Amino acid sequence: MAPIHRRQFGRFVEQAGSIFITLFGLLILTFVIGRIMPNDPVRAIVGEDATREVYENVYRQLGFDRPVWEQFLLYLRDVVQFDFGTAIRTGQPVLTDILHVLPATIELATFAILVGAGLGIPLGVAAAIKKDRWQDQLIRVFSLMGHSMPIFWTGMIGLLIFYAGLGWVGGSGRMSQFYIGLVPERTNFLLIDSALAGAWEVFWSALNHIVLPASLLGYSSAAYITRMTRSFMLDQINQEYVTTARVKGLSANQTVWRHAFGNIRVQLVTIVALAYGSLLEGAVLIETVFAWPGFGQYLTSNLLIGDMNAVMTCVLIVGVIFIALNLISDLLYRIFDPRTR
Amino acid sequence: MQNPILEVRDLSVHYRGAPAPAVNKVSFTLGRERLGIVGESGSGKSTVGRALMRLLPTADITASRARFEDVDLLTASEREMLKVRGARMSMILQDPKFSLNPIRRCGDQVAEAYRTHVKCSRAVARAQAIAMLEAVQIRDADRVYALYPHEVSGGMGQRIMIAMMLLTNPDLVIADEPTSALDVTVRLQVLKILDDLVAERGIGLIMISHDLNLVRNFCDRVLIMYAGRVVETLKADELDLAQHPYTRGLIAAQPRIGGSRAPLPVLERDPAWLKETGL
Repeated sequence: MAPIHRRQFGRFVEQAGSIFITLFGLLILTFVIGRIMPNDPVRAIVGEDATREVYENVYRQLGFDRPVWEQFLLYLRDVVQFDFGTAIRTGQPVLTDILHVLPATIELATFAILVGAGLGIPLGVAAAIKKDRWQDQLIRVFSLMGHSMPIFWTGMIGLLIFYAGLGWVGGSGRMSQFYIGLVPERTNFLLIDSALAGAWEVFWSALNHIVLPASLLGYSSAAYITRMTRSFMLDQINQEYVTTARVKGLSANQTVWRHAFGNIRVQLVTIVALAYGSLLEGAVLIETVFAWPGFGQYLTSNLLIGDMNAVMTCVLIVGVIFIALNLISDLLYRIFDPRTR
Repeated sequence: MQNPILEVRDLSVHYRGAPAPAVNKVSFTLGRERLGIVGESGSGKSTVGRALMRLLPTADITASRARFEDVDLLTASEREMLKVRGARMSMILQDPKFSLNPIRRCGDQVAEAYRTHVKCSRAVARAQAIAMLEAVQIRDADRVYALYPHEVSGGMGQRIMIAMMLLTNPDLVIADEPTSALDVTVRLQVLKILDDLVAERGIGLIMISHDLNLVRNFCDRVLIMYAGRVVETLKADELDLAQHPYTRGLIAAQPRIGGSRAPLPVLERDPAWLKETGL
């Protein structure tokens, strides 16, 4: 039907437009961050002992002598060409660095959000069904603990118990030292690379190393997801359509899973996407405790040495991640709720 | 009355944490007839319906007798109730805007009522649902089957609700204000459909309403409830002969087209009503 197509096309154009505007705003933001940060990017490159001549040379090379709008255009040009400059600390293009650290974080965050949602959603639903009974209280304590224990502390305790004590999991790093450099880097997702190479020992080692930090991160986001799921579910349980389902002869469990749960999916997508986004932003603390060469560590360390190329790029990437997650959420809304189609 | 479907004696419902019982010693029997329960908001009429379906998890229900056919509603386990609800006893809720699941197709929701109690394929349930949608006078039942609740009108939604609740041929249907959310114009039409089906299938009907004229026209007998008690039971066509001052007050408070324009009398409540045992 033509009118529907036109409507969908209109919606597509609208969405593309809003993404474009958001991206542009994001670029302005990163540019401004790069300019107003109270450090000297030139000094960061040339070092403390450089002569005035060298300093001014670099100053000109970076385009700081030109008007601001021209600098912005130059920045835009570079970004469009995926040229984000060179990182001071590694001496490599920032893009190369990012392609190394981001997959490590994505791997960790994805694993963590699977644990978080896989634990948090059923627990939240169970707490809502058993509201105010002992099960609810127990789940509340469990999620409150996840909420209030600092992640660097659970990280260390976790290592102490499961690595040093029981020896169930690997220690710090993404895999055992022994395997480093053995697997060709294709995607930089270690689990994928090792599986592609058929190096199953490396795969197991990587899995062994990711389980603990990911579970701990997952636990802390499960705490939040549980509480939200519980309150979403309580809202639904009091709706009339739930009574209808019970009148039809469905049991309490069937009613919850077949009817009420469908109606909280949209809200769940929103909070899980947000939780995933903040995990991707980098869990600096857990990455530090586990010596995980991830995005959060990269961003923090470069912020500390004032490498603006790296920092601006990281901020840009975080923004793009959130835009992408929003897009995916929007798409899922449309699948989950016929009223938004 | 021979062969009552439902026998209730001294039914009381007490919501936990509430100071007074919502329903206080209500007794009645129901055969294959249409019984109206009338009362103002908060008089406990809806609570009676939900208590009979045992759908009040936060209330204590007591009675000296509550028998539905061969089922003792007081002692039946939840597992037994699952076989009663929807199959032999069902309930039509007030507003299809809220009582249908917004994210599932109307037809699937109707078919689900069938599949919950009859082991059959999807196709069979679908055919049953479509036949039932036609029975509630939905033309184009195939198309309506695939619609979502937000895509149908209130009258259509309520007919879908009726189809869903009558599909399994229950012996007792509780209609909880089935038309008060509807437009006046479709109200009669929907009631007529419900009435015809109930008569045709010999279903016992409890019609909960606050609309005196509606129960007068569509019921055989009427219970008048006040503050959780039944204050009077009447034949529907003898409603005007009501003795109890509360019933008389309700009738007097009704506006009449073409009647006098003097302000309607305000119902005067007598605390003594709460002490009488109603019958």
